[in-house]
This record gives sequence, structure tokens and C-alpha cells, in this order.
Amino acid sequence: MSNKTKKGDVLLEIKGLKIQGFSDEKWHDIVKGVDLTLHRGEVLGLIGESGAGKSTLGLAAMGYTQPGCRITGGEILFDGSDLARLSESEKRAFWGNRMTYVAQSAAASFNPAHRLLDQTTASTIRSKIKPRAEAHSDAKTLYGVLNLPDPNHIGDRYPHQVSGGQLQRVMTAMAMLPRPDLIVFDEPTTALDVTTQVEVLSSMRAIVEEFNTAAIYITHDLAVVAQMADVIKVLRYGEEVEEAGTRMMLSDPKEAYTKSLWSVRALEKPIQKPSDTLLSLKGIDASYGTIKVLHQVDIDVPRGSTVAVVGESGSGKSTTARVITGLLPQLAGSIEFNGEALPKKLSERSKDQKRRIQMIYQMADTAMNPRQTVRDIIGRPLEFYLGMRGEKKEARIVELLKMIELDASFLARLPGELSGGQKQRICIARALAAEPEFVICDEVTSALDQIVQEGILKLLLRLQDELGLTYLFITHDISTVKAIADQVVVMNQGEVVEQGLKTDVFQPPHPEYTNLLLSSVPEMDPDWLTNLTRHRLEAAGNAV
Amino acid sequence: MSQEPNTYSALGEVGAVSEKRSLWQRLMLDLRKAPMTARFGMIVILGYIILAVFAPILSPYGEAEVFPEPYAAWSAEHVFGTDQIGRDIFSRMIFGARNTVGIAVATTLLAFIIGGSLGLAAAINQSWLDQFLSRAVDVLMAIPSLIFALVLLSIFGSTVTNLILIIAVLDSTRVFRLTRAVSLNVVVMDYVEAARLRGEGLWWIMRREILPNIMPPLIAEFGLRFCFVFLTIAALSFLGVGIQPPTADWGSMVRENASLIMFAQYDIKAGLTPLLPAAAIALLTVAINFVVDWFLHKTSGLRDEQ
Repeated sequence: MSNKTKKGDVLLEIKGLKIQGFSDEKWHDIVKGVDLTLHRGEVLGLIGESGAGKSTLGLAAMGYTQPGCRITGGEILFDGSDLARLSESEKRAFWGNRMTYVAQSAAASFNPAHRLLDQTTASTIRSKIKPRAEAHSDAKTLYGVLNLPDPNHIGDRYPHQVSGGQLQRVMTAMAMLPRPDLIVFDEPTTALDVTTQVEVLSSMRAIVEEFNTAAIYITHDLAVVAQMADVIKVLRYGEEVEEAGTRMMLSDPKEAYTKSLWSVRALEKPIQKPSDTLLSLKGIDASYGTIKVLHQVDIDVPRGSTVAVVGESGSGKSTTARVITGLLPQLAGSIEFNGEALPKKLSERSKDQKRRIQMIYQMADTAMNPRQTVRDIIGRPLEFYLGMRGEKKEARIVELLKMIELDASFLARLPGELSGGQKQRICIARALAAEPEFVICDEVTSALDQIVQEGILKLLLRLQDELGLTYLFITHDISTVKAIADQVVVMNQGEVVEQGLKTDVFQPPHPEYTNLLLSSVPEMDPDWLTNLTRHRLEAAGNAV
Repeated sequence: MSQEPNTYSALGEVGAVSEKRSLWQRLMLDLRKAPMTARFGMIVILGYIILAVFAPILSPYGEAEVFPEPYAAWSAEHVFGTDQIGRDIFSRMIFGARNTVGIAVATTLLAFIIGGSLGLAAAINQSWLDQFLSRAVDVLMAIPSLIFALVLLSIFGSTVTNLILIIAVLDSTRVFRLTRAVSLNVVVMDYVEAARLRGEGLWWIMRREILPNIMPPLIAEFGLRFCFVFLTIAALSFLGVGIQPPTADWGSMVRENASLIMFAQYDIKAGLTPLLPAAAIALLTVAINFVVDWFLHKTSGLRDEQ
């Protein structure tokens, strides 16, 4: 993207905005006096960790607050009118008309019982911006601009009949239909796979540019915001950390906090020489019911190293983990662990075999029983596998807590009283309590903020060093792979596409799928998306 | 980076730490915030419990003590008069609390133990056991339970044990359905999978992983189920197959004195007599529902907006 500066008049000006939220029977400050200026045709990127107040601010830019929140101070001047002072019905005249919103989870935002075209056009027709026929034909045009397949007929489908990425683009079309002055994108690509994300990003950017719409783009992914935004604003704890033009911000961040956000992506693990094999999968086939999801999967995991399994959703990564743990017995093939064949079914495995293989889950929230304290959660494997009781157990729990950089003050807490990163650490401690040799990490960092992610990755690396653990690291995030893996397995549609040392897999030449996957990972370069789109177009042109 | 003020520390990360309070403190806090209806309900239930426990001390006469005058009017001697064979109605009301409520509690508990454990097992197992139990429950539920209870009681005889067992089994079908349904939502959680991977047995997973997480709906259901059981027993007693004389219970008391209602035109108090046990049933039912409503509201996570 060319480094656009001021594109037009001021469209939106927020001055000293304060918002409070109600929880635990108290009002808490969520946004503490933020200023924001947005010009016509400009894209502002809002980034920050969860709890930074970016979504709240994004919604407030439309004069909207979520239930349980209230605006306590400041002005939101949208084209001259102060949204903070307007009544609900006055604001409704703006919503879905001059300002629109694209939500994070398109799948959850569409009504499954109505056709896409009707949903796309509903609010535009209702607010009488365009008559029905015109709205429909315009929606089809927009589908085309957004690169949706078969733009004239895709609107006749129901939400479950299109993919997540397509749904996200339909939602963008819905937001674009009334030709608004302002669109707020709230993490629109976070739930998508990288290869899909690229398509959605480029079509979103194209359409914003085409109609010269101002947009606020909320995300926690720096590389994404670098592609989309003209100006980036960093938020933390409801306050602005800094704001600057995208190029400026990327090349020369001023504040220490911003620098620390940037540095996360630089983590890279030196490669470990492969040693003897701890676990090997040979010719694994597996299926859910009649649908076959794994085809002849062979994976070797050397002792003391990290093997990262990458691929998009539906590629069979998690299924592979379920086969290893015995939750899903394989149809064919064998698993060898420490040179011995591992029984297919969990119930046929000995307690010791179960102890040696531990699992850490993606969502720490659901991986811990909300009614058990940290003491119970970490203590149970100690008692169950190692027969520890009383003081000995207590001492070991504290020792484990220290290992994960927490302390004894956490013993009596319930999972609901922990932050996301702390929860994941407790899950790690629970896995470690069993004194395993082999730990399966299923997307353990993907639900976390970047800085917290870095902390967890460093912790995992340190533990591997100290305890000689072997990891099977399932992820869809290539920068995580760079940070932690020694070897990489690329999976697609239930098959292993490529595997080997990290350096080898990431070096060209690649099989076609690896190439697509790697090139789709956003980089911290504002020109990356532009170049990539051009390359792919050229490649497609050459092929024709 | 080392001297940066913003370096990351896991310890420093702020989670939502709620104030530490003892169970008693939390209970008192909840009680203070309880609405009037819930407080009323709790006081009524407490009163019934005291009556039931201290019945022999509180009642002026014995449960089956017969006085010479049947159908005596209300007087200082017999507060609510006497029944058709001359037993003091006030005393029988107090003993009735013990019998009716006691049997209802025992029956509901038993229904929950049977239905709850089978429901949990079915939800965890999800194979032949689930199929077998669910279909068996469907069959039981297909027969109207009052009629089914009548039939069974006539076959096995109307003893207190039979009454408890039969109503408990019939009611456990509802408990089974509820427990299975709410457990299914919990069974899919990763922590249950983690417990399975650890190699925990069925009993542990039921008791430690799932049960604490489905308690709120079960407790609410307990209150409602208790009311239904209570009403079923009263209804069966009214029909004559429930609790057998001379044991006092409210259902049969209504039936025994029902004819008195015709004398209301001569003496309004006489007309009221058969309604007293019915009112006792109604009051307890209402009280329990108030408490259950409050409890449901409290645990459903619905928050009063400002």
C-alpha cells in the first residue's frame, strides 16, 4: 500500500473518551481518556492485548456500548454530531447506514435460517437507502469485487453452505452495501486459517480502497494490521501507548511496550540434532464414523526435540494427537513409543504408558474443571500416578508452581480467578506433574496474546531444556513454529505433505501446499500483501 | 530489554481475583441479598422442619390418640377440633408434617440417587448403556405415573417402604433425563477428556469432574421434584393407597374430613377443617418454589443490569 497520509477531512474525532464496565458489583474503567482522529478514506489499526479496550473503543466509535458498559466522559464527534449525547433512535439513523460493523465471528453472526443475500441487504433495504432490486444487484456486484465464487448465485445459499472465509467476505459486503463513511472491523480474520486470511484481507483492502471508506481495524496481530492500516494506534489498559503512521510505527516504535510487542516475532529456537526416536507413527489411518480423516500418516519424533505439526483446520493435526493419546483408535498402522508398540485403545494402555504421554490443550478455560482449585488440579496427577499424599504432595505442587514461574499464593485459586496465560501455565504444570516423557501441545498459544504467547513459548523451551521433554507441537501459526520447533511436519487433508528439519522444510523448493501455506503467513512488512497478491496473479497468469 | 519497565512476568499478570471469603460469610452475604419472597420461603421451610423434627414435643396430643367426641368443633381443648373417630386434628397436622415431608424427602433423595447416578453414567458412557437406560426410561415415562403408581401399589401393597420405592423409581426417570442432558454439556469439556486420558475411572469422573459442575440445575430440580413427590404422595393418600391409617398425613386427612366441608353453611370453621392440611401442602409448595426460583436466578448467571 502506498504510504497514504491525510486523505480527506476529519470524519471521526474522539476526545478524552472514558468508558466504564460493570463487573463484580463495581464499575471499572475500561477506556481511560482516549483521543482518536480518523479522516475520510483512512484506515486506522487498533492493536493491543485482550483487555486493552480496543473492541470497546471500536464500538464506541459508532456510539455503541455493550450491555454493562457506559460512557462516562468525552466526546465522539462523527461528522459534526456527538454520538455520546445522541439518543438510541438518533444513533440508529447512523447505524447500518453511514457506519457499519464487521464482527469477529461471521459464523456466529449470521442467522442460519435465512439466505445470505437477504441478510446482506436487510438493513440497507430497511433503512430505505436503496430499493430491494437495486440492493440485490449491488450486493451481487460487491460479492464479485470481494472475489466470492459465483457472485450471482452465492447469495441464494444459507450460511452453513459456504466456508468461514467466504462468510467473512459476505459480511464485509453487507457492511459495504450502504456505502458507509465508516466501517469498524473487529478482528475479522482472527478465526480464519492463514491461507484464507490472505484472501479475505486482500479483498477487504481492495474494497475499502475502491470506495474510499474510512475504517477502524481492530486486531491483535501486528502483521495483519501492517497490511491494512495507514495509521496504527497501540492501546494498553484502556490508554493510548502511541500512534504513528504504519511505516513509521513498524520501523521505529518509540515506546518500550510497542517494542516488546514487535520483538515477540523474533523468537527463534536453535535446531537440536535428532537423536533416537521416542515415538513413531507408521502408516496411520483413522476415521470418524465413515469419514476417513487420516491417510497413511508416518511421523517420527526424536527424543528431546520438538516436532511441530502445521496445517489448516481440517488437515488432521488434532486427529493425529487423538490417535497418539488413544482417544481415537487407529484403523490401520502402528504407534511405537520407546521402541514398544502402544496399544490402540486408551483402556488397553497401562497406567505408566498413560503417564508418559501428557497433553496440553488449546483452550485452558475448558481444560480445567472450573470447580477445582489449582491445588486439586495439579495435585491429582501426583496422587494418581505417583501416589503422593499430604505434605509431600503439597511440597511438590509448590515446586511445580515455581517451575512455571508462579508461586504458592495460587494454590487456593479457582481457574476463573486466573488470567489466560496463568491458566495455560497451570495446564502445563498439570502435565508436568505426571513426569511425562512426551507432551502433546495442541495449539497451546493460539488463544493467547502475543506477549503472553512469548512467555509460554519461552517456558516450554526452558522446561524442555531442564527436563529433556519431547514435544509434539500442533499449530497453524508459522511464527510459533519458528520459535519452538526442531522439525516440522506439514499436513493437508489428512496426509503428510512434507516433513523434516525446520531449516529444510522452510527452505525452498517446497511442495505446492507448503509453498502456499508459508507464503500466506503475514509478515511485518506493509508491502507484503501487495507483493504477494501481484506474485500470485502473475503466477496464475503464467499458468494460463 | 532487561531494564525495561514493561518486561513480562507471569506472576504479575492480573487475573480476576475475587475476595476470599469463608463459606459461612458467602452464605450470609447471599442471604442478606435474597429477595423477600426467598426469605419468606426459607422461613416457612424452616418452620416445617422444626414442626417435623419436634412433633412429639410440640403437639398437645398423640398422633393416634382417640377422644370420645368425633367431629368436635374448634375449641380451646382441640384447636382444630377432632376428626371422624375423635382424633385431635391439630396434633395430627403436626405429625403429618413429619410423615408427609419425611417420606417426600426420602423419596426425592432416592429418586435423585437413582436417576442422577444412572444419568451421569449414561452421559459418560454414551454407548449401549446410554441406549439401554434411555429407552427403559422412555418406556416408564410413556405410562402416566399416577396410574402406574396406583397399579404398582395395589400389586405390592401400600406400605411406606413400597410407597417410597415406587414413587422414587417413577420420579427418577425425570431426574435421569435432566442429569443426562446437563451432563452431556459437561462431558465434552476438555477437562473431562483430560481426566479420561489420565486413566480416571467412571466413578471419579462422575463425582469429581462432572457432578460439581451440574449441581445448580440439579438442586433447583430437587426443589421442584420434591414438590411433585409431595403432591403425588398426598394424592395417593387421598385415593387411599398412600400412607395408611393411623399414621397421620395431610393427604389422607383431607380425604377423611372431606365431608365436613358440607357443614360450612352451619359453621364456617368446620368447613375450613379439611382445607387446613391442603393449605399446609400448598404453603410448603409455594415456599419451596420461591427458594428454588431465587436459587435458579442466582446460579443462572443472569445479572440485574444496573
